[in-house]
Amino acid sequence: MAAPTEAIKEKSMILQKDMLAKQFHDLSKAKELGKKVVYTFVPGNITELILSFDMLPVYPEINALQSGMRKKSASFIKDAEKIGFSEDVCTYVKCDIGMMLNGNIGPTGEKLPSPDLLLLSYTGCFTFLKWFENLERLYPGVPVAMLHTPYQEDGQITKDQIDYMVKQLKEDVIPKMEKVSGKKYDPARLSEMMKNSAKAEDLLVKVLESAKNVPTPIDAYFAGVYYIGPIFTAFRGTTAAVEYYTELWNEVQERMRLGLGPVTPEGEIKEQKFRLVMEGPPNWTNFREFWKIFYDMGAVIVASSYTKVGGVYDLGFRHDPTEPLESLAKYCMGCYTNMNLPQRVGLIEKYVKEYKADGFLINSIKSCNSFSAGQLMIMREIEQRCGVPVGFIESDLVDPRYFSYANIKNRLESYFQMLEQRKIILKRDGIEAG
Amino acid sequence: MKSFDTILKECEALSFDLNFTHAKKWKAEKSDRILVGYLPIYVPREIIHAANGLPVGIMGSGDRKQIIKGDAYYQSYICHFPRGIIELALDKNLDNFDGFMFPAICDCVRNLSGMFKLSQKGKFQRYFDYPQNFEPQTGGVFYIQEMEKVMEDMYAINKIKVTDEKLNKAIKLYNKNRKLIEAIYAIRQQYPWRLSAVETYHILRAGIVIPVEEHNEILSQVVEYISNERGEPMDNIRVVVSGSFCEQPPVGLIKSIEMAGCYIVDDDFMLGSRWIQGDINENSNSPLSALSSAYINQSTFSSAYYDVGNPKGKRLVDLAQKRNADGVIFSAASFCDPALLDRPEMQKECDAAGIPHINFQFHENTGQFKVIKEQAGTFSDSIKLWA
Repeated sequence: MAAPTEAIKEKSMILQKDMLAKQFHDLSKAKELGKKVVYTFVPGNITELILSFDMLPVYPEINALQSGMRKKSASFIKDAEKIGFSEDVCTYVKCDIGMMLNGNIGPTGEKLPSPDLLLLSYTGCFTFLKWFENLERLYPGVPVAMLHTPYQEDGQITKDQIDYMVKQLKEDVIPKMEKVSGKKYDPARLSEMMKNSAKAEDLLVKVLESAKNVPTPIDAYFAGVYYIGPIFTAFRGTTAAVEYYTELWNEVQERMRLGLGPVTPEGEIKEQKFRLVMEGPPNWTNFREFWKIFYDMGAVIVASSYTKVGGVYDLGFRHDPTEPLESLAKYCMGCYTNMNLPQRVGLIEKYVKEYKADGFLINSIKSCNSFSAGQLMIMREIEQRCGVPVGFIESDLVDPRYFSYANIKNRLESYFQMLEQRKIILKRDGIEAG
Repeated sequence: MKSFDTILKECEALSFDLNFTHAKKWKAEKSDRILVGYLPIYVPREIIHAANGLPVGIMGSGDRKQIIKGDAYYQSYICHFPRGIIELALDKNLDNFDGFMFPAICDCVRNLSGMFKLSQKGKFQRYFDYPQNFEPQTGGVFYIQEMEKVMEDMYAINKIKVTDEKLNKAIKLYNKNRKLIEAIYAIRQQYPWRLSAVETYHILRAGIVIPVEEHNEILSQVVEYISNERGEPMDNIRVVVSGSFCEQPPVGLIKSIEMAGCYIVDDDFMLGSRWIQGDINENSNSPLSALSSAYINQSTFSSAYYDVGNPKGKRLVDLAQKRNADGVIFSAASFCDPALLDRPEMQKECDAAGIPHINFQFHENTGQFKVIKEQAGTFSDSIKLWA
């Protein structure tokens, strides 16, 4: 199907686009400017610490998803498979490796600098560990710092776990950053950044929780992935991020005041028929087509777990300038994919109830066992606990071979018909939906 | 002393008794005994032994159980292993187990721990986080804390206190166990025809479902038997099989490799039983520290283990050379991210060392081995003819 050529964008989206363009431009000039570059991951990133040393972060998953959105991932993945990577394994990794094999040209067409430090923030995804072992071999001699984030096995963060992480930060990560950057660790500067982090986090939570309104002024998944962009990546801790979230929150407030719905690439959703909670990352290769199926049917996502992979701020966590390293540790351990399955079920249950959702939908990603393993059980639990219809579709992150438009559309249409019927029956019986 | 055939038959039966009859019988003999199931790859079984427990390795249902319910819990692109475990749990094969340990080897096993929590299987379900930091004062301390959590779980059930004395005794027993297993591998290195890879597999797999004392007795007898000539030498090549450390290949697959003309002189099938290389200090004043130190300093290589600074590709080459292997067979379970993400680098290291290699993927319930046998046979022939 043909998607419209010109997407309608909110002002904050344009602001974010400019921020990203500048970021990638700075990266392309990093060596000329004498800036050191750190490769790291989004979940459990310690961006403030990297920025406090005036280093620039690069996130391989972001490069991969950008490659997916720009239709470049298919050839990158094939190139990685040619050198021995199995069809079965994570396509983010293969896309990233393929991009490097092809000259490491970033999403804006500019070459990405090689890393000066590989910072493995190992949070919530075992594949990260394998990914960085591969990167270490692609960039021999580049120092590697490992920050092992313990899993929330017991559904809580313990003092021992915090101590373990702080010790790693003090004894391994920070000394390596000092060596690479040639600068001393500056706790005051880090704390100052954390004030900005907390401000941006407050604003993000307000934006995401605006979806509790009926009708919702935002889509917390398809638009939500844009909303989380700056705070989950290179901008957390900066004034630019605070400015972005201030602008975004102003926009959302204005939409609430005017009673407007979410903005899609084809304009505002006029009729919100179904409110859904979504679990799992989106597909990036056909992102707009995927979204269009939803807004064409009047379905909006009011809460999603994917927008929590870089922090579940709505549960109350904020970076704390009074204990910066402990705060980084708690942040890493608190990310969504580092929560155990009962916690994940509990969070989704809360979303379904608090956001008055009509249904719960899972986009199960072939590449991502961290999300996908156990999702069918999550689905059953939510169905039992919340009594809402549940749906299940399958796709992939950046491998277009696993995005079957017709299959997904068929399944979603059936699911929406089921929701429609349920609404009719509930209305007939005088029961409030959701 | 039992005949060798009897020992082999008993081990085979124990290996694939998916009702864990022997372990359950052992538990029933005394009221304060407990059963702790663990998944691949490695857990420090010593702490369970010292708490009056029997650590029971749960290596999946293999090709011995039809999966019906398990498939409803997993998407097609997730490996076969956890669906077999769920099937076992739902069919009550794991009833009478007091707790379960899920070592940190991949996201599937990690999330399986949550599924056991949600369905409240056993009195505890413990995700056992390995440290990926190898400084004794950092990762080592973390590892001790992980062990202590399990000890608390067990204490809550049977009120048996783990003392240093009991731990040292357990360490001694497992040291002996590993030593005997290595003795078998050493004999097989020189005389691989004396004990086939399938027989070796049964003997090792039996050991994870029975008390270590009984297994040590079996191993001692096996060592004695294979110290004498048995079988006929064949014109086979010698291979190391790598990548099957979690989901286990069906026995038919191991047999097919052997029948295709390959002596499997080393492998990672039952890696947990061989995880620690060498002895652990059995006279320590702090046996938990001894266990932790062994994990940090004496672990073998595996895809579940962060290897920067000690690359596993090089360690695989070292192993192949130590075993005087002619080639390496990469045999990973389908959809096994750890093994499959490691494979390109390991292949590269083999290439650099001039070690021929092939690869294939399997499910634990793979039923057709013709292609694998042909592939392994061609590999064997090519080495015999041209190497």
